[in-house]
Amino acid sequence: MLARVVPGALAIVFLICLTSFAVALTLGGGPRATTLELAIWQAFRFDFDLGHAAFLAAVQAGVGFVALGLLALVTRPEVGQGGLDRIAPAPGGGLARGVDTLAIGAAAAFLLVPLGMVLARGLPHVAGLPAPVWAAAARSVMVAGASVLLLGVMAAALTLAALRHRWPEALGSAALTASPLVIGIGLFVVVNPLVAPETLALPVTAVVNAAMALPFALRALIPAARRAEAEFARLSESLGLSAWGHLRLVLWPRLRRPAGFALGLGAALSLGDLGVIVLFAQTGSETLPMQMHALMGAFRMADAAGVAVLLMALALGAFAGLERLIGGRDAGT
Amino acid sequence: MLELDAVRMDLGDFALAADLAVPEGALVAVMGPSGAGKSTLLGALAGFVPLVAGEIRWKGARIDRLAPAQRPLSILFQDHNLLPHLSLFDNVALGLNPTLRLTPQDRARVARALAETGLDGLEHRRPAQLSGGQIGRAGLARVLLRARPLILLDEPFAALGPALKAQMLDLVGQIAAQNGATVLMVTHDPADARHLCDMVLVVAEGRASPPAPTRALLSDPPPALAAYLGSPRA
Repeated sequence: MLARVVPGALAIVFLICLTSFAVALTLGGGPRATTLELAIWQAFRFDFDLGHAAFLAAVQAGVGFVALGLLALVTRPEVGQGGLDRIAPAPGGGLARGVDTLAIGAAAAFLLVPLGMVLARGLPHVAGLPAPVWAAAARSVMVAGASVLLLGVMAAALTLAALRHRWPEALGSAALTASPLVIGIGLFVVVNPLVAPETLALPVTAVVNAAMALPFALRALIPAARRAEAEFARLSESLGLSAWGHLRLVLWPRLRRPAGFALGLGAALSLGDLGVIVLFAQTGSETLPMQMHALMGAFRMADAAGVAVLLMALALGAFAGLERLIGGRDAGT
Repeated sequence: MLELDAVRMDLGDFALAADLAVPEGALVAVMGPSGAGKSTLLGALAGFVPLVAGEIRWKGARIDRLAPAQRPLSILFQDHNLLPHLSLFDNVALGLNPTLRLTPQDRARVARALAETGLDGLEHRRPAQLSGGQIGRAGLARVLLRARPLILLDEPFAALGPALKAQMLDLVGQIAAQNGATVLMVTHDPADARHLCDMVLVVAEGRASPPAPTRALLSDPPPALAAYLGSPRA
């Protein structure tokens, strides 16, 4: 089982690291810690060499494409794994349980310690955050709302298409090969001769965020839709359900939980995005992560921690709210 | 009369031919080795498996070009006959109106079908809250409500114990008698055929043979069926 799952998981982690920009940007980097993403950012922001930035973006997308190809090779769809004749793994003994506990505890500590520190440091400062931060929070919520709507439409269309074809999965996963920064560079190059890019900062951010969340949404929705179709398409046909009836009575009840999860995740990802917005935004159109980054740049660390707490609360609230609203009362249980 | 006239189905690595007729009102068991094509035959009748040649006719009218819901038949599958998120009432009512926009008369008919199949009082339960026997009855309640002249049963009671299965077969017999319906029932168990069916249709070695009387056929089965049943002739 591990041999089947681990290579795919590692390839996904590799892709996410490859296209990760926010952490490298936030932590600064330096000549010895520059990543491809930061090099793209430097070529764009400091040299304004669009050609060089586009070239580096193409290199990054190429590497991502190769990694995605490898991911497709090493991950196999699970077929016939759920029968009663399957061999159940033997329950682990005390040592295995201890190792599991240690691994899970270490992973949890890795996440919870920084979160706890941010909470402890930032919580007292939330109420006193300056007005521009609240305006940025409102913009972030608007962008996330638009992004979720767009994500819902794209994911629904591709999921329904995936019931008949294989290409929608590949199309949806293509976003994994490029980071928001790379897509942003491409969009900047396209719109720059036509219109001032900063006027499109928020719509472009919403579109790119929706595209970036699409692979995760499709990973949740397509298997559920295919399972529902395999189990109930014939019943639906034999009873004469219309296409709308099939969607309403057969597919949607089986998809609403993964849809709630996917859209909640999309909202949280969009709220925390620090990718394309840094290329397009100027004063007056900053989002919350940009504000946090700016405050950190000005060494106002307490205020930055307060913004981080606000961002965490918004992301968690959006995720939990959408998961429950769309996924239903028992979503997440 | 249900006629399969020089019918051929081809699923790539598997082909099946049928040239036979089933008298109206007959109760027919479809038997044969695993993988011989029994479900494929029912799938072709129901409109899920395309024909590469031949015609299917019911009372002289060609039905193989009709959409599944337009064919004069109801089918029960081995699994997934009920939508898990709908109540028992709604699942059965789908047989009457797939939009579930029901008139008071429709609701009364659904309630009557539930009562006739021994399911009254369980209307609001979801399939997960029903026993295997109740799920089987729910499928039959929907068949009763659809009142189509052909009933196809693709082993819907295979997972039930002998006593419960016998109850279901009796219920099928009742519903068929009530509607004058013709039944084709896939089964692996000769006891099912003896219990309900007056004829057996054997599917083996790439072809479906014309139905023959149950008693005669099971006492002197053709070699393919004998091998499958493990009878001394094999």
